[in-house]
Amino acid sequence: MSLIELRDIRKTYHLGEVDLQVLKGVSLAIEKGELVALMGASGSGKSTLMNILGCLDHPTAGEYWLDGQEISSAGSNDRAKLRNRLIGFVFQNFNLLTRTSALENVVMPLNYSHEHLSEHEMRERATKLLSLVGLSQRLDHQPSQLSGGQQQRVAIARSLINRPRLLLADEPTGNLDSHTSEEILSMLKRLNEDEGLTIILVTHDPGVAEHAKRVIHIRDGLIENTTN
Amino acid sequence: MKLLRILVTSLRALRRNIMRTALTTLGIVIGVAAVIAMMEIGKGSTMAIQRTIATMGAYNILIFPGNIFAGGVSYGSGSSITLKPEDADAILAECPSVITAAPIVRSRTQIVYGNRNWVPNTMIGTTPAYLEVHDWTDMADGEAFTDRDVHNCNKVCLVGQTIVRELFAGESPVGKEVRMQNVNVKVIGVLKPKGANMWGQDQDDVVLAPWTTIKFRVTGSTLSTPNLSTSAATTASTTPLPSQVYPNTSLTLYSVPSATQTADTPAPVHFANIDQVVVAARSAEDIPAAIDEITSLMRERHHLRGETPDDFTIRDLTEIVKTMSSTTELMTNLLLIVALISLVVGGVGIMNIMLVSVTERTREIGLRMAVGAQGPDILRQFLTEAVVLCLLGGIFGIGLGRATSWLVRVVKHWPTATSLGAIVAAVAVSATVGIVFGFYPAWKASRLDPIEALRYE
Repeated sequence: MSLIELRDIRKTYHLGEVDLQVLKGVSLAIEKGELVALMGASGSGKSTLMNILGCLDHPTAGEYWLDGQEISSAGSNDRAKLRNRLIGFVFQNFNLLTRTSALENVVMPLNYSHEHLSEHEMRERATKLLSLVGLSQRLDHQPSQLSGGQQQRVAIARSLINRPRLLLADEPTGNLDSHTSEEILSMLKRLNEDEGLTIILVTHDPGVAEHAKRVIHIRDGLIENTTN
Repeated sequence: MKLLRILVTSLRALRRNIMRTALTTLGIVIGVAAVIAMMEIGKGSTMAIQRTIATMGAYNILIFPGNIFAGGVSYGSGSSITLKPEDADAILAECPSVITAAPIVRSRTQIVYGNRNWVPNTMIGTTPAYLEVHDWTDMADGEAFTDRDVHNCNKVCLVGQTIVRELFAGESPVGKEVRMQNVNVKVIGVLKPKGANMWGQDQDDVVLAPWTTIKFRVTGSTLSTPNLSTSAATTASTTPLPSQVYPNTSLTLYSVPSATQTADTPAPVHFANIDQVVVAARSAEDIPAAIDEITSLMRERHHLRGETPDDFTIRDLTEIVKTMSSTTELMTNLLLIVALISLVVGGVGIMNIMLVSVTERTREIGLRMAVGAQGPDILRQFLTEAVVLCLLGGIFGIGLGRATSWLVRVVKHWPTATSLGAIVAAVAVSATVGIVFGFYPAWKASRLDPIEALRYE
């Protein structure tokens, strides 16, 4: 079975009198170990689909199978648990805690996890991940003391701390120059190839999308075509 | 999320904006400091006033003999001669609510030293227990008389500061002899000054002596002279006997002892009445119990049964004590309420800043929710921050409050007293303020939608 399977996902927002249908029946399967790019112009329903994939939102109708579980009707607390356990997020604007060391930023999601680790184990795991992204010399640096690329690498380390099945990267290179973007993308690729991590890259930039093995185009709330 | 982690996270969040944290806490610091200072100063003055009341004899119970009512004529309170010195001993021995009891014999005679004379306002014959009752055991000079002096009828006395001034012109009277009714009595001690009492009487215009001395030597009264008429019998003998006017009209077979000789060798005493017994209860609360115990004991001792009315009267001064302590309590409570209001104002400040903080950290909240924090996790985190803020304020407030009360004590010489209750209450109140005023912002934070929070600019 695929890691992710969407069956006829629909999402409708109720804006007062008007119903705005954003997703009009999206069906999609993503296998374990894939590196997929999700492309679409703004207003195409890309963000909504990403929110549903990331368990931040629930669909109005349809089935969402994640890791063998049907979760389209999960409550907000259950979705929070799923996010913590299965999904890692990387954002365009890094979203690191200010005036907090890189190490503490990486440890933060463990506070909400249900595997109870000791303080020492937490730090050990975070240190390992930070050296994986090449920041072993900067454990105690605060975000303001790091470059954009370094900040995004801290964010990647943070997304991996709970050993997720799926990494959801929302415009991960949107705030970076082209050189740093290449670095980040090759790091994501390496994670995909070496660790077998399933990654979904959400972007509107074809240059970013070409790093993916498969590109899913979305337009007007429907999957347009899939290119390999 | 473990409590320790929550605490560490909160402290870290507070440290991120240390100046704001300090200023926010200032409201609580001032509130708690005001509460602590008020409590300590209030408690100190209450204690000081209670001590003053106690030395004035306000926790005392006074027992007077009853009145004689004969042939339609009442002789007034204290006219009966039923009160015995043994009653005082029995009260002390058998009433558990009583700590001391002293018999009192009153007199009012002239005392003479050299070429000066003075009539003390209060001239009391008693036992050393009287000094305990009135908290007068420490002498300004010399020493107090003892139970042995009482037993032996020794001619000793203690004088107050007014007597020292009037009779001895300020020089030390210890070891000097004064004359009372032609009896030489040695001054062995000087009482400490007390000033006027609650009703303006000079408490230092006093002579204290063993009650036996006053009773048998000075006033010379016996069973046949009820205390009501002692002064009349001893000082106002306006009709002299014929033998005194015409010394040689009658022969005496035996030599008549002189007044001094008679006074020096009093007849053995089997019965003596006293004017009053003064009793000190263990505490203000014990006074009603003590009165009940004394009443039943005295009725038993005086063989009064059934319907027979008491042949004694018991009075106490609890009303005065109540009035005076309730005044200070009222003032303390009033100030406490003002201090509590400032604490509430501090709490509103906390709420305000926490709301700002929640808005400011919307993105952080969104991120925490995205990585798996649930509503209650966020609620707990922000609530902990508010409580930590308030508790920090409480701790600094306790320090500041204690410093203030210390300063007041040192600079203004106001009495203060450490109040453990106030400290516990201050910590509890500041934690409560944190929970009450921190809850709304924390609840607001926990209700945020992660998608919108992440997108918040």
